Amino acid sequence: MMLDGLYQEIILDHYKHPHGRGLRDPYDGEAHHVNPTCGDEITVRVSADLSEISYDGLGCSISQASASVLHELLQGKDRHDAARIHHAFVELMQSRGQIEPDEEVLGDGVAFAGVAKFPARVKCALLPWMAFKDAAVRAGVDVGASPEVKA
Amino acid sequence: MSFDVARVRKDFPIFEREVNGHPLVYLDSANTSQKPVQVLDVMRAHQEKHNGNVSRSVHTLGTESTEMYEGSRAKVASFIGAGSPDEVIFTKNSTEAINLVAHSAGQFLGLKPGDEIVISEMEHHSNLVPWQLLCERTGATLRWFGITDEGRLDESRLDELVNERTKLVSVVHMSNVLGTINDVTALVARARQVGALVMLDCSQSVPHFPVDVRALGVDFIAFTGHKMLGPTGIGVLWGKFELLAAMPPFLAGGSMIETVSMAKTTFAPPPARFEAGTPPITEAIGLGAAVDYLTALDMDEVHRHEQEITRYALDQLAGVPDVRIFGPTSSENRGGTVSFGVNGVHPHDVGQILDALGVEVRVGHHCARPVCVRFAVPAMTRASFYLYTTTEEIDALARGLDQVRKVFG
Repeated sequence: MMLDGLYQEIILDHYKHPHGRGLRDPYDGEAHHVNPTCGDEITVRVSADLSEISYDGLGCSISQASASVLHELLQGKDRHDAARIHHAFVELMQSRGQIEPDEEVLGDGVAFAGVAKFPARVKCALLPWMAFKDAAVRAGVDVGASPEVKA
Repeated sequence: MSFDVARVRKDFPIFEREVNGHPLVYLDSANTSQKPVQVLDVMRAHQEKHNGNVSRSVHTLGTESTEMYEGSRAKVASFIGAGSPDEVIFTKNSTEAINLVAHSAGQFLGLKPGDEIVISEMEHHSNLVPWQLLCERTGATLRWFGITDEGRLDESRLDELVNERTKLVSVVHMSNVLGTINDVTALVARARQVGALVMLDCSQSVPHFPVDVRALGVDFIAFTGHKMLGPTGIGVLWGKFELLAAMPPFLAGGSMIETVSMAKTTFAPPPARFEAGTPPITEAIGLGAAVDYLTALDMDEVHRHEQEITRYALDQLAGVPDVRIFGPTSSENRGGTVSFGVNGVHPHDVGQILDALGVEVRVGHHCARPVCVRFAVPAMTRASFYLYTTTEEIDALARGLDQVRKVFG
């Protein structure tokens, strides 16, 4: 079934057993994003040195698994690495499935390659990453320009 | 002759296609309906043979176009029991029809601080946001009916909510989320007592069962063509003529004028007063063809068929573990729109898996976020039926939900 590309085991696993879920103090920047078409919500908090990234939200398996993967990939990274990973993930989601993701950079994030083939779901996957970017800016961390989001 | 759904389906070319390798199971008619070949043919023939602008041409094509456009208005008027075709105003959709009333009737009523507008928690955003904006513009207060746990309009505070300060009440006839059909008898009687106008959002009712504006006793109704087998881009505002005649224009421009000088303009009587600019002519004619199609089938028969399908769907869904239905669980005073949740699975995921099986449902907040908030969920999955829906399609939905539970189990 086509859906095998979308609902990879890794994604379902992150959805059912999210990493680092729950909002924690202290933090330096926070952002709350919603997807107005579906009502999905996420709040992301970051510390200025990215040693702590916490989040909470309501949403589909794709958006919630994406938040869990974000936590796993970005927490504890320096801002240079975080920017590189953030860029790679957004670029992958914009690729319509045309990019072969680099597991060295994206870890479990490579499981989202299939999501890029479902335009209606790209926004779900990007929701936590866009919230993270805003929260980071508020914490004084610039993770750099993202590829244009057209989803 | 009894309603023959197999014969009806033959009129809809889209049912010949597959989705993701499965026969199309279209359960999203509350969102937009599919179109029969009779509507598509009329629209194509109009463009190929009669196209001209309406109400301003002396030539043959313009005259033919005008006759067909006005003929559609008369068909729509008769379909809803209007006193005259002049009470039927073509708009872009229900949203525009409601905005028209919010502006023009709002101005006509001379709303001011202390006045009240009453809506309900059950509204589509299109019958909510225009009234919020009207209240912001005028200082009037927006109030609303709640929803009971069963998904019915909570009229327990009717006399307090609709009072001598109330200038207008606008509620949904049939909920696009819960499927509830609101009996507005008591509400209309109370509004009459206090002298308030009543508007009904009939977007989900006019397509599905007989609606008679005189029997309802309301002042305005809004509905849209694309949910009743017609094209997008055409909607209807019906209003009592004496009210329309007293209301100022909404959009201004060509066609809606009587005499224009550089300093001052006088306006045409309704319906032209509210149809500024070249209207969606082909779409209006398409809506007329849709009304012909529905009339030939008989709206009582359409309603009976949908009641049967709804009963069957409610039974089937009750048999799927982990499924919770939002809204009335019996088919009494409810239409063929059933929203539900699958425990532990987000509606987007439900919709995605169903789509992989060719089953098209709507997921999200259905442009009625307060309804989701009322039932404490961020989103719902909605299956909605029409005159072409079969029990086999409901079975496909139930099988799809089994698959959902397998993937997320």
